[in-house]
Amino acid sequence: MNIAMILRNLGKLLLVEAGCMLLPLLVAVIYNQNDIMAFLITIMILVVIGFALSKIPARNKNIYARDGFAIVSLGWILVSLFGALPFCISGAIPSYIDAVFETVSGFTTTGSSILRDVESLPKGLLFWRSFTNWIGGMGVLVMMLAVLPTARADTLQIMKAESPGPDPGKLVPRIGQSAKILYRMYIGLSLIQVILLLIAGMPLYDTLIHTFSTAGTGGFSNMNTSVGAYNNVYYEIIIGVFMFLFGVNFTLYYQVLNGDVKSIAKDEEFRFYFFTVAGAIVLITCNLWGPIFGTIWESLRYSFFQVSSVITTTGFSSTNFDVWPAFSKTILVALMFIGASAGSTGGGIKCLRFLLLFKTIKREVRRIIHPRSIYTVKYGGKTVNGDVLFGVMNYFFVSIILFAVSLFLVSLDDFDMVSNFTAVAATLNNIGPGLGIVGPMGNFADYSDLSKIVFSFTMLFGRLEIYPMLILFAPTFWKRVNI
Amino acid sequence: MKIIIIGDGKVGYSLAEHLAQENHDVTIIDKDPEALRKANEVLDVMCIKGNGVSTKVLLEAGIKEADLLIAATSSDERNMVCALTGRKLGVKHTIARIRDPEYANELSVLKTELGLDLVINPELAAAREIARLLRFPSAANVEDFVKGRIEFIEIAATHDMPIIGIPIRNLAKKYLSNILIGVVKRGNDVIIPNGYFEIDVGDRLNIIGKPNDVFTFCKQIGKDTQKIKKVMVVGGGMIAHYLAMNLKLNDIKVKIIEIDRERSTELAEMLPDTLVINGDGTDKVLLDSENLSEMDAFIALTGRDEENLISSMIAKQSGVKKVIVKTTRIDNPALFNDLGVDSIVNPKLITTNYILRYVRGLSDAQGNPAETVYKIVDEKAEVLEFIANESTKFLNIPLKNLKLAKGVIIGAIARKNEIIIPHGDDVIKLGDHVIVISIDKFISDFNEVVVSFGGLL
Repeated sequence: MNIAMILRNLGKLLLVEAGCMLLPLLVAVIYNQNDIMAFLITIMILVVIGFALSKIPARNKNIYARDGFAIVSLGWILVSLFGALPFCISGAIPSYIDAVFETVSGFTTTGSSILRDVESLPKGLLFWRSFTNWIGGMGVLVMMLAVLPTARADTLQIMKAESPGPDPGKLVPRIGQSAKILYRMYIGLSLIQVILLLIAGMPLYDTLIHTFSTAGTGGFSNMNTSVGAYNNVYYEIIIGVFMFLFGVNFTLYYQVLNGDVKSIAKDEEFRFYFFTVAGAIVLITCNLWGPIFGTIWESLRYSFFQVSSVITTTGFSSTNFDVWPAFSKTILVALMFIGASAGSTGGGIKCLRFLLLFKTIKREVRRIIHPRSIYTVKYGGKTVNGDVLFGVMNYFFVSIILFAVSLFLVSLDDFDMVSNFTAVAATLNNIGPGLGIVGPMGNFADYSDLSKIVFSFTMLFGRLEIYPMLILFAPTFWKRVNI
Repeated sequence: MKIIIIGDGKVGYSLAEHLAQENHDVTIIDKDPEALRKANEVLDVMCIKGNGVSTKVLLEAGIKEADLLIAATSSDERNMVCALTGRKLGVKHTIARIRDPEYANELSVLKTELGLDLVINPELAAAREIARLLRFPSAANVEDFVKGRIEFIEIAATHDMPIIGIPIRNLAKKYLSNILIGVVKRGNDVIIPNGYFEIDVGDRLNIIGKPNDVFTFCKQIGKDTQKIKKVMVVGGGMIAHYLAMNLKLNDIKVKIIEIDRERSTELAEMLPDTLVINGDGTDKVLLDSENLSEMDAFIALTGRDEENLISSMIAKQSGVKKVIVKTTRIDNPALFNDLGVDSIVNPKLITTNYILRYVRGLSDAQGNPAETVYKIVDEKAEVLEFIANESTKFLNIPLKNLKLAKGVIIGAIARKNEIIIPHGDDVIKLGDHVIVISIDKFISDFNEVVVSFGGLL
């Protein structure tokens, strides 16, 4: 393992984080609350440590797959540990573990919170909290690749480890360029949302907070009752539509921008994603019409927002869906696991993986009927490599194992099954709120410190798609020479 | 530039590697996912699985916006079709690898008909390189600049040379001063020597100067400079074929040993003046009976690196002065040098160099790009030829006032009638051809050579 190069990259990453913190610092200065010093101190710490690390001399400048994975997993942990400092230093969140939970939840675009009263936080900190959503959505390291001019071939390993989906492709031949294009589209789409929300009448500060959280599919709001606090149907439509849009594979947007509009309709994953969303909305609307809401339009309004929020793993809520009928809640929990499209900012297991898994079911059934038949799984007209299929199935299994282990650990706190189950599901799939005590009106504050650490890890596992984090727990990974 | 390479073989991969390093947008197309896997994992390029002849695949690779298409699959015919299709789809320049000697004679027709900008023939290029090495047998490597007016050679320092252990600045008094020892490779280090540098046994010296001066210097330090008359070649592939044709023009007698009976017959038919022997080139008895020890040079050109190495060992043992080995897979010539092989020829590397030179010429025509580029000492250093033009910022300033970029030296200046091995008081004038040596740094523009202009800025 090339420790010097790993540390150098981590140093650069911390410098980038320091740069990111300038924006919330500016907000803090504008509102002139008690969080200015907290940001200044954190930025100084980041700059000193980042600068020192990035100057470590490296004899061998090659990064191999293992080093790339190490940079990603350690990078995310470090960024979260340092990102938590402003909360702690300012005294807004006194417990460091709580602060780390909140920051991890931000960077992994989960949106789970331990705060009972969000609105009491200084504006700068609230801004930083949502801004972590925005940075984490496209990826901290992808940002580093986009910002720094030093992107080399071997940094591909970093991008691969960080990007969601089973087989992230590059948009253009050069990796630095790909990262820049991704961020450009990301910023562009965010800007459109900001403009629309402003036109709809939302205050600028709230607009930025909600746009950051929507774009990263994070779900941090500056209101205790999330988007529901405004009770404004236009806000809900804009945010709902944009959550859906940020859950689409960004490669499709690139193709559309290049004039290939048809590709988006032809894309199998997009169709799967679209019809899943549409189906869920229809089912929930029917289920809600009558027992919960009087009119079909009201049912549609809330079911649309909630389905879009949950499948994209954003986690905004426009109403307390914890009181909905069991059928609707079960659909929402199922959507938590499906998640958004590969190559989007959303989490979950991803539509693409589910699509491929369904196709393997078809293959197995055919094999039973025609034992000697040859059948290849195809996606988008191209044969899917056996290795990829194996990887998808394996990923599914590892997710279940991880889910079970986390659930056992969290159960020690002796809360009810539904809360625990949905809390783990909501963190592992980076959604945010679950049901029961962690429902849209609840929070994670009551869990013990151990559970909060477990949740922090499940969030990181979920965001980095398990393996980059899992290798940290493999003893051979840490050996200098692997045999 | 946007470059599409079809065929991820040895040449395709190596090209992609170097072009990506030089900040071009490279897309590789190949049918075999296994071949693409390595490129995808190691290089910063885009890989597309598919048939490069197919219009759909080419469009997917973005042929419409591409500046250059390089067809380097194993089949000449496929390369031609790829280039032709690419041209019809709108790519600006095309390069195709065409290696069959039958087509080689019809190249000019092919070039115009297919709209090719450049045809590369690795075997022909390798044969030419070998022929050049044979003209200057004492050097391990020979490159020409400014139409042959400046020569750049690599020689190995042996213990019987009188220059061992003497600081370079004292050499000028004793020997000819009109040469420059530009780069020295010692072990795995590449060094630009200063005046206090002492040459040691085993150093590989890269010398630049006028061909006569370089020749005289070699003579003075005891390097054998006799002419080569008789050559034995093991392995009758395409390189041997081209080489035999080339050497015939220089009145060098060639004997080819080929293991395959049919191929031997074929060669004998095509090369009436060459002696073709059907036999195993690693068989010492056969080689001895064919007077191996009487040969001036021995060249191993079979398709297998191991066999080439074995037969070259036999040749060295029999006392052949100049032994040249072709390698296909091994990228580390130091391995061979340690075993006593004098020169190594790697067709892949030659082809890559050739195309890189062409691409650099294309890529920024408005600045001051290099005329020619050679990668030397295991690709760790480059020798570049620039022409000073109006955009050159440091004309007429004495060199001692210029601060050169780290790891860069100016090796020689060619003016109308003279070749200057530069000293501190020399200046670069408009229209000069300047040879620059650079280690560990990629220079695309002449102005990158100089960091600051001394007192003037």
